[in-house]
Amino acid sequence: MDKILHEATKSYLQTKHPEFRPGDRVAVDVKVVEGSRTRLQTFEGNVIAMSGAGINRTFTVRKISEGVGVERIFPLHSPSIDGIRVVRLGKVRRAKLYYLRKLRGKAARIKERR
Amino acid sequence: MDSIIGKKLGMTRIFDDVGNDLPVTVIHAGPCTVSQVKTTERDGYRAVQLAFGVRKLKNTPKPLVGHFKKAGIEPARVVKEFQSSAEHKIGDVVTVDIFSEGDLVKVVGRTKGKGFTGVMKRHGFHGGRASHGKKDQLRAGGSIGASSDPSRVFPGRRMAGRSGNARRTVTHLKVVKVIPESNQIFVLGAVPGPRNGTVYLTKQS
Repeated sequence: MDKILHEATKSYLQTKHPEFRPGDRVAVDVKVVEGSRTRLQTFEGNVIAMSGAGINRTFTVRKISEGVGVERIFPLHSPSIDGIRVVRLGKVRRAKLYYLRKLRGKAARIKERR
Repeated sequence: MDSIIGKKLGMTRIFDDVGNDLPVTVIHAGPCTVSQVKTTERDGYRAVQLAFGVRKLKNTPKPLVGHFKKAGIEPARVVKEFQSSAEHKIGDVVTVDIFSEGDLVKVVGRTKGKGFTGVMKRHGFHGGRASHGKKDQLRAGGSIGASSDPSRVFPGRRMAGRSGNARRTVTHLKVVKVIPESNQIFVLGAVPGPRNGTVYLTKQS
């Protein structure tokens, strides 16, 4: 990313989140605004991709909800993310785990990293 | 002073307090020095001329060198006149401070040159049909007029040709952030021109 633009947006970066990488299982607390009140909604799943740099960094979380695969792309530095918890570390051999989309059940498991 | 000269640095995104994701253009605006003041008595109209950027003396055209010398300022890259109701004198400095968050601005720039383009890119024509027996006319403009009557194409017919590299004004852009320390201003949305292109910002009421 352009150096000057990176410098200009530095104050918008979130530093509170823990480090994680593709393959890890994370729980993302998302702020949901309902009328006048805000509540937290948790989206838990495997990180299957991370992309972008600086303020444009995003990560994709995939989970199986009621038998249907659901993926959500979060901007890492969005203030609507209240917190990210790393639930489980995964051991994977590539940066983008798109192959998981074709796999179901047992085959879609990720080895744990210790 | 309601106007300033700037350099487009590029686009990025920022987030507001609510969590909205805002596309912004970062512009390095000012500081500009007043290089000439035009008055009704002397010039027949009122205007303030601003100078922005730096230019080496050896790269400055001789007539401009004299102009800058007269004003007693360093050679600048861009010189541009603006209307202003306020009183100014030569040597005054205009900075991004004239803008504040929430202001609406008008941005003038020179768009990226696209070269010779077809009618679809240039005028937004729809092109031809892909199926139903049509061939070799996917991006064609279609008919340009009738036959022997009038035996000519009417002026103003939109056709292919050079596009881009033209002066464009975008109005009502919201100022999202002003950073006086680095002379930067964040404007919501896109602004004409390439990165490092010169833009003129004017406050709108």
